[in-house]
Amino acid sequence: MSTPATPPGTPGGGALPTRRELRRRELRRRGRRRAGVNRGQTGAGWLFITPMLVILGLFLVLPIFMALWVSLSDWTGRGSPFAATTNYVGGENYAELLTGGGLAERDFGTSIRNNLYYVLIVVPVQTIISLLLAVLVNQRLLKARGFFRTAFYFPSVTSSVAITVVFLFLFSASGAVNRAVAYLGVNGPNWINDPRGLLHIILGAFGVDSPPGALQEAPFLGVSWWNWLAGPSVTMTIYIIMAIFTTSGTFMLLYLAALQGISGDIQEATLVDGANAWQRLWLVTVPMLRPTTFTVITLGLIGTWQVFDQIYTGTRGSPSKTTLTPAYLSYETSFNSQQWGQGAAIAFILFAIIVVLTILQRIVLRESDVVPKRKRFRPTGEGGRSSVVPVGPPVVPVKPPAGGAA
Amino acid sequence: MTQHRTFPSAGAGRRTPRSRAARLTVLLAAGGLALPALAACGGGSGFDDEGGEAGGDLEILIGSSGDAETAAVKDAVSAWSSEAGTGANVSVAADLVQQLSQGFASGNPPDVFYVSTDSFPGYAANGSLFPYGDQLEDVDDFYPTLSETFTFDDQLYCAPKDFSTLALVINTDAWSAAGLTEDDYPTTWEELRTVATTLTTGDQAGLAFGPEWQRIGTFMAQAGGHLVDDSLSADVDTPENLEALTYVKDLLTSGAAKFPSDVGSGWGGEAFGTGAAAMTIEGNWVIGALENDFPDINYVVVPLPEGPAGPGTLQFTNCWGIAADSPNQEAAVDLVQYLTSAEQQMTFATGFGVMPSIQSVAEEWKGEFPEQAAFLDGAESAQGVPPIEGIADVISDFNAQIEGLKSGDPQATLTSVQSTLEAVAP
Repeated sequence: MSTPATPPGTPGGGALPTRRELRRRELRRRGRRRAGVNRGQTGAGWLFITPMLVILGLFLVLPIFMALWVSLSDWTGRGSPFAATTNYVGGENYAELLTGGGLAERDFGTSIRNNLYYVLIVVPVQTIISLLLAVLVNQRLLKARGFFRTAFYFPSVTSSVAITVVFLFLFSASGAVNRAVAYLGVNGPNWINDPRGLLHIILGAFGVDSPPGALQEAPFLGVSWWNWLAGPSVTMTIYIIMAIFTTSGTFMLLYLAALQGISGDIQEATLVDGANAWQRLWLVTVPMLRPTTFTVITLGLIGTWQVFDQIYTGTRGSPSKTTLTPAYLSYETSFNSQQWGQGAAIAFILFAIIVVLTILQRIVLRESDVVPKRKRFRPTGEGGRSSVVPVGPPVVPVKPPAGGAA
Repeated sequence: MTQHRTFPSAGAGRRTPRSRAARLTVLLAAGGLALPALAACGGGSGFDDEGGEAGGDLEILIGSSGDAETAAVKDAVSAWSSEAGTGANVSVAADLVQQLSQGFASGNPPDVFYVSTDSFPGYAANGSLFPYGDQLEDVDDFYPTLSETFTFDDQLYCAPKDFSTLALVINTDAWSAAGLTEDDYPTTWEELRTVATTLTTGDQAGLAFGPEWQRIGTFMAQAGGHLVDDSLSADVDTPENLEALTYVKDLLTSGAAKFPSDVGSGWGGEAFGTGAAAMTIEGNWVIGALENDFPDINYVVVPLPEGPAGPGTLQFTNCWGIAADSPNQEAAVDLVQYLTSAEQQMTFATGFGVMPSIQSVAEEWKGEFPEQAAFLDGAESAQGVPPIEGIADVISDFNAQIEGLKSGDPQATLTSVQSTLEAVAP
């Protein structure tokens, strides 16, 4: 076996090689290197990852296939779902949820509505806050940076169950939050038991208390337009605040790591070009952080659509089902109502929602790779180079490894 | 040499896509193979159980309310065990519903376990429960309303363990502070409204009860309403129920009655204990809770007031379920027979404050707990959770609407609950 650590050889001597020849040699060299590394170690590699593959397969992949089968069956929860007594019912469970017209459809629609508002608020806000926090604690001038980094990250390492319990105490009718706002002369709402939607409250302030006729129809998932437009309930806002509070720290860490990967040279260059602080943040730092932003938004989307433990520990869907989420509804439907097929179907619809949204978001973020002209940084009073700022994800201030050992 | 090296490198170049495909194939094949394998295992174990050996130790799974209940059940089971010569082991479930579900799915459930009224219809319908009612010696001694709750397809599936009913709990200090006497204990809706209003002060609500059918259903019962009629068909949208909900809505809007969460409490007993409410509608469990958490509260338990149609309350119960997959059903039935005997039920009653599910010890129980007699007196007019598959979802949907009752439309609520209940109880 040839030594895998051999540095890529020097090109063979002889007459001057043509460009094409060089390219071929280069390809050959790379292939050889890969083959050399792989050939002897493939078996060992497989051996090493086998335990993980077996564990993942047994506890992740197989259960997913089982759940898929359950979502297509009439399994009642007794005995194996693969026993002869369980029948294939096709999309019946899905149809019941999406077009059934009954309680199942309405509950599912309500849970989607609740979670949609949760996602719509939590994801953008936590992304912006975590970015700002990261920029703040990345300042060299900031004193006690370590303290602030720890403080901001702290909520993320605390168990969500503990934080939920604390928040429920804080927001109880006579809790700390209401005492605090009472000092300001405001009568705080009964946070934990207020099913009114925020948008409904705002509309109510303008005298719109009951739905206009056009909004009373319920064409989609059994929930009327008026209720789709309710906004998150007062109780749901507790969870929204809590999610932003706890996850901003996690994502701050991601942004912080990315910020530290941006070389000081670039900042200096922009300083030389006369960019002010806002331009440096908005036109240099933020575009360079796009890969991280993609990660943060993706993780945020996935996490927020799957919100379960806070709801399970806290209000369990009450008041008036305004904190019901698909993940909790799936649990509730399966274990408490013994509708295993429907519970599994909810989980797969949720999965589809997450996948579609992630793909959409990927497309959106990818399309903006080309910097629109108006966003390009033009140094004032100079007509020469139009774009001095390198923009785009591949720009990483690391020397390209193409040259091999250097 | 170059020639020699070219070959593997070219091969490696092609290999990447091929091996990726190969890997995928392997994974899919593994998945495909493992699925039937797992199915075979699941089916196999179920088959073994049915043909398995009879006898063996009993596994008992309970959802305990606390140490007192756990100790009482353990003592009773070990007494039976040494008498019958069959081993028995009591475990306390952290999450009863989930653990039972896992047991039923694996084909290896506990032999004897608590079953709540919420999950009873589902378990009975999917065949998880062994209907043993006809093997019990004195079935008629159970309160008929309790037996009805655990009857599915005209079969009594399991024996009621014990039960509780709702009554009116009154803070006697607040009562006399408001200038009221024993003669003023409310016996009609009008009197309840009057005393609740009298008792309402700046930081004390007259009456508090949870925003759920499990409390407000008492008013429906007193008005002559119910969830389902005698043939278990949905019968929610009735003038009786409307009268009850309208009365409750009036109580709430007048401020004389509040939901516990409106006064910063988790449930009626807590609102009552903290003094945020002078009266509450709760069941037998409130006695133990007040003793533990609020020992200084002076209170009295009186029957709920009568409505337009007379007295009415709700009852809550569990039953001793026996698994259809249990290999030792004979011993299990024997154990349940022992646990529901008059003597044992009185032991449980003194142990953790429940009411016996059999009528023959009613007088004995009242003699022992005269201050709680109001709870047992309610048994005659009590309604339970109807044994209908899917009823729990309908009730929780009803509860969601009751939470908004103060600003809601009672008629619209009843109409909507009627339609959802019709879907499961035509």
